[in-house]
Amino acid sequence: MTLNSKIPNGPLDKKWTDYKDHVRLVNPANKRNIDVIIIGTGLAGASAAATLAEMGYNVKAFCFQDSPRRAHSIAAQGGINAAKNYKNDGDSTFRLFYDTIKGGDYRAREANVHRLAEVSANIIDQCVAQGVPFAREYGGLLDNRSFGGVQVQRTFYAAGQTGQQLLLGAYSAMNRQIASGKVTMYNRHEMLDLVIVDGKARGIIAKNLVSGEIERHSGHAVLLASGGYGNVFFLSTNAMGSNVTAAWKAHKKGAYFANPCFTQIHPTCIPVSGDHQSKLTLMSESLRNDGRIWVPAKMEDAEALRQGAKKAIDIPEEDRDYYLERRYPSFGNLVPRDVASRAAKERCDAGFGVNKTGEAVFLDYAAAIQRYGKAEAHRKNLHDADAAKITELGKAVVKEKYGNLFDMYMQITGDNPYETPMKIYPAVHYTMGGLWVDYNLMTTIDGCYALGEANFSDHGANRLGASALMQGLADGYFVIPYTIGEYLADDIRTGAISTDHEAFDEAENKVRERIQFFMNNQGSKSVDSFHKRLGKIMWEKCGMARNEQGLKEAIEEIQALREEFWKEVKVPGKADEFNPELDKAGRVADFLELGELMCRDALNRNESCGGHFREEYQTEEGEALRNDKDYAYVAAWEYLGESAPVLHKEELNFENVKLTQRSYK
Amino acid sequence: MNLTLKVWRQSNANAEGNFETYDAKDISDDMSFLEMLDVVNEQLIEKGIEPVAFDHDCREGICGMCSLFINGRAHGPLHGVTTCQLHMRSFKDGDEIVIEPWRANAFPIIKDLVVDRSAFDRIQHAGGYISVNTGAAQDANAIPVPKQNADEAFEAATCIGCGACVAACKNSSAMLFVGAKVSQYALLPQGQPEREKRVLAMVNEMDAEGFGACTNTGACSAECPKEIPLSVISRLNREYIRASLLSKD
Ligand SMILES: Cc1cc2nc3c(=O)[nH]c(=O)nc-3n(C[C@H](O)[C@H](O)[C@H](O)COP(=O)(O)OP(=O)(O)OC[C@H]3O[C@@H](n4cnc5c(N)ncnc54)[C@H](O)[C@@H]3O)c2cc1C
Ligand code: SF4
Ligand code: FES
Repeated sequence: MTLNSKIPNGPLDKKWTDYKDHVRLVNPANKRNIDVIIIGTGLAGASAAATLAEMGYNVKAFCFQDSPRRAHSIAAQGGINAAKNYKNDGDSTFRLFYDTIKGGDYRAREANVHRLAEVSANIIDQCVAQGVPFAREYGGLLDNRSFGGVQVQRTFYAAGQTGQQLLLGAYSAMNRQIASGKVTMYNRHEMLDLVIVDGKARGIIAKNLVSGEIERHSGHAVLLASGGYGNVFFLSTNAMGSNVTAAWKAHKKGAYFANPCFTQIHPTCIPVSGDHQSKLTLMSESLRNDGRIWVPAKMEDAEALRQGAKKAIDIPEEDRDYYLERRYPSFGNLVPRDVASRAAKERCDAGFGVNKTGEAVFLDYAAAIQRYGKAEAHRKNLHDADAAKITELGKAVVKEKYGNLFDMYMQITGDNPYETPMKIYPAVHYTMGGLWVDYNLMTTIDGCYALGEANFSDHGANRLGASALMQGLADGYFVIPYTIGEYLADDIRTGAISTDHEAFDEAENKVRERIQFFMNNQGSKSVDSFHKRLGKIMWEKCGMARNEQGLKEAIEEIQALREEFWKEVKVPGKADEFNPELDKAGRVADFLELGELMCRDALNRNESCGGHFREEYQTEEGEALRNDKDYAYVAAWEYLGESAPVLHKEELNFENVKLTQRSYK
Repeated sequence: MNLTLKVWRQSNANAEGNFETYDAKDISDDMSFLEMLDVVNEQLIEKGIEPVAFDHDCREGICGMCSLFINGRAHGPLHGVTTCQLHMRSFKDGDEIVIEPWRANAFPIIKDLVVDRSAFDRIQHAGGYISVNTGAAQDANAIPVPKQNADEAFEAATCIGCGACVAACKNSSAMLFVGAKVSQYALLPQGQPEREKRVLAMVNEMDAEGFGACTNTGACSAECPKEIPLSVISRLNREYIRASLLSKD
C-alpha cells in the first residue's frame, strides 16, 4: 500500500478552513444510527466522546481504570500551549506552528501542525467555558508561563495540575452525555483486539477486568485514544497501567506504526533510587522557568558531593557550572527537552554527577526565591525588608506556583527543595511515535482512527512542553468531529453492525486462546521480571544515545527474552475473576514485540534528530546531526507476522519553513 | 527493615473476607508503600500464593486510583498524602501494619483491597458539569474572574475522587467530595446558570447511592490527601438551602 496523507491542497493557512467548508456531513437524523467506539478516556478520548455525542453519534467509550477521570492525562503537570497572544509578546498561529516544527527537528507534517496551531486558541475558550480553573492574574484575566524551546509566554496552566483540570473538564462534558444516554461508558474494560469486517474496522473484543468476561462490541468506526507506550522502558513517568496493547493489536491487523523510535526523555525527573523502583516521577518542565540547572565545575567537588562530604550550599557560586546557560546563552535553561537531557547525560558521563549513583544534576531555586521575594516586597511596599523577610516572601511565591511539585519531591526523596537544590535526571516520558495517521487521523485501516499520544502526527522527533495536552484536545474537540464525517457519510444506510460475523468469532477465539495459554503455562518467573529486563535493554541500547552495534545486540536480546517469556512466564489466579497479573502479562507480551520494532526503526534512521540520537551522527559540539537528504521522511512500519516488518516512507515536504540546523545558542 | 503485614483478603464481592499475615522483609526507606506491596506480591507469586489485589495507577498522588486503610487511617499516617506517595521512611523496623480496603456500603468490595467507587461517577453524571457544547464558547478572557474566586475554585477542583473522605467518615458521608465539586462551579461565573439545578441533582443522587448523613465530625477533611477544606461542606449546605428556596422545578 502506498501512503496517502490526504493533505488538502491550497496554501498552508487556508487548508483547514477550506477542508471544513467542503468536508462531507452526516445529518442529525443519520447520526443517530451510527455507533462510534472510543478506546481511552484521556484528554483525546474524553473530548472526542463528549463532542461526537453532542453531535448526535452513539458513543461507546472504554477505559481500563475504574473511572474515566483517572486516565493518565490526569498526571500532566505544567500546562497547555495556545497561540492566544494575551501577553502581547509577538505570538501568533504561525509562530506556534513554526516553533513546533522546529522543536520537532523537522520531522513532522506541516499541514497537521498548522491545523493544531489554528485550533489551539479554541481549546482554551472551550475549557474556560467548562469551568476549568486556570491560573489568573490579579485583574482576573488568564495567566501564562513559558515552556522550553520557545521565546514567548503561551502556556496556560492550573498550578502543577493542568492535566487534572483539563481532564476533569473533558470528563464533565462526557458525564453530561452519559447522563443523556449518548455515551455508554465501560470502565475497567480492556480492548484486546480490533475486529475488521470486509476491510473496515467494525468492532473490538474487550475484557471486563472485574469478571474476566470476554465481550464483543461493534461500531461503524473505532477510535484509538489509548495513550503512549513509554512503559516499554519499564521505568518511565507514565502511569503503571499505560500500555501499547490497543495500538499494537491494530498494528498487527494492518495499521502501520510510525517512527516508533522517537521517544522523549524528559530532563527533569527524580533520579532512580534503587532496584525496587516501580516508576519515575516527573518534576514539571515549568520548573525550568525559574530554576537553574548546574553541576560543580571542579571534579573534586563532584566527588565530595557523591561521597556526602559536601553539600550543594558548600560549593561557591564561582565553582558552579550552569552548563545550559553556558552552552545555550539565548535559551539557557529553557532549551528543548532533548537538548537539556543530553546535556545532563554529557555532564554526568564526564564525571560531574552529584548523587550516589553519579546520575543526577542540581535544579536550584535559591535565585528564584530571592528574585520573587524582592518583587513581592516591592509590590507590598516593604522597602526595608531584610534578607529573611525577602526569603520568606520568595518562598511563598514559589509555593503558590509550584507547591504541589515541591511537596511531591519532598515526599519521595525526604529532602526539602525550599532549602536545598533538587536533584534531577532524565527519564522516559513521552512517545512521539505512534500509529500512522493521515490528515483525517485515520490509520491505514479504514474506519480505524488514532488520536492523542497514540498517533504519531504532530511532534516530529521531539515534542515541545505543553503541546501534548494541546494536541490531545485538538484531536478530540476540534479535528475528529469534522474528519470522521468524511468517512461515516458512506455508512448512513449500513445499519447496526452485527457481532455475529465470523471476524468477531475469530478475534474472540484468539483472545481466549492467549488467556488460556497464560493460565496454563507452567512457568516460574513473574511478569514484572520480564518487563524489567526488557526495560533495561531498551534504556541501555535504545535510550538517550543509540549506536548501530548496540541496537543490533538489543534486537537479538529482545528476541531471546521474548522466547523465554513464552516458556517461563508465570501468571497466578484465574481467568474469570479480577486478575491484574493476567492483564499485565498481555501488555508485556505486546511490549516485547514493540521493543524490537523500536530498535529496528532506530537502526534504520542513520541520522540524529530530536530525541533520536545516534552517536555516529553528531556535530563537533556534540549536537544532533540531521540528514535531510536521506531521512526527511516518516518511517511507517507494516507488520508481517513472522517475517521482518516492511518500511514505508512518507516523504515530508517543507514548503513554509526552511530546514536549518536547530540552534538554541 | 522487616515488617509484619495483616492484609484483608476477600476473593470476590460475595465471599467472606479475613485477615492474612505476611512478612515483608528487607524493606528500604526509599520504597513507596505500594512498592513495598509489590515486593511482597512478588514473593507471594513465587510461593504460589495469589498476590494481594489493590488499585493504583499514576503513583504520583493525582489519579485517585489508590486507596487503602492503613493502621486505621485512610491513606496511612501522613497528612495530605496518598497511599502511593507514602514512603516507608514513615515506618520502623518491627512494625505491624494492618491494611484494609475502604469500607462503606456505597463502595462494595471487588476483591481484596479493591472497591467499586462508581457511585462517585454517578453523582457526577447527575450534575457535575456545565452544559456547553464544543465550539459554543466565547473568548476565554471575555469574563474576568477575580483571582481569589479562581484560586478557591481551583482548590476545590483538586479533589482526586479517591473516596478517602467516605472511608474516614463514621457515617460514610460523601459531603466533602460533593461539596468540592459544587463549590468549584458555584464560585465561577460559568457555573451560575445551572447552579440550583446542579446542587439539588447531585445531593439527590448522593442520597440515592446510600452515602450517609454529615454530622460535622471533620474526619473527611482531616484524612483527605488533597486537604479539601471543610468549608466546602458549609458551602454545599448553603447552596442546597438556597437552591431549595429558589428552585422552580
Ligand atoms: C507526568 C507527566 C506530566 C505531563 N505533563 C504534561 C504537560 O504539562 N503538558 C503537556 O502538554 N503534556 C504533558 N504530558 C503528556 C500528556 O499528559 C500526555 O501525552 C497526554 O495526556 C496523553 O493523552 P491521551 O488522551 O492521548 O492518552 P491517556 O491520557 O494516556 O489516556 C489513555 C486512555 O486509554 C485507555 N486505554 C489504554 N489502553 C486501553 C485498552 N487496551 N483498552 C481500553 N482502554 C485503554 C486508558 O484507560 C486511558 O483512558 C505529561 C505526561 C506525564 C507522564
Ligand atoms: S474530597 Fe479528598 S478524600 Fe474525598 S474524594 Fe476528594 S480528594 Fe479524596
Ligand atoms: S496511584 Fe494515582 S493517586 Fe495513588
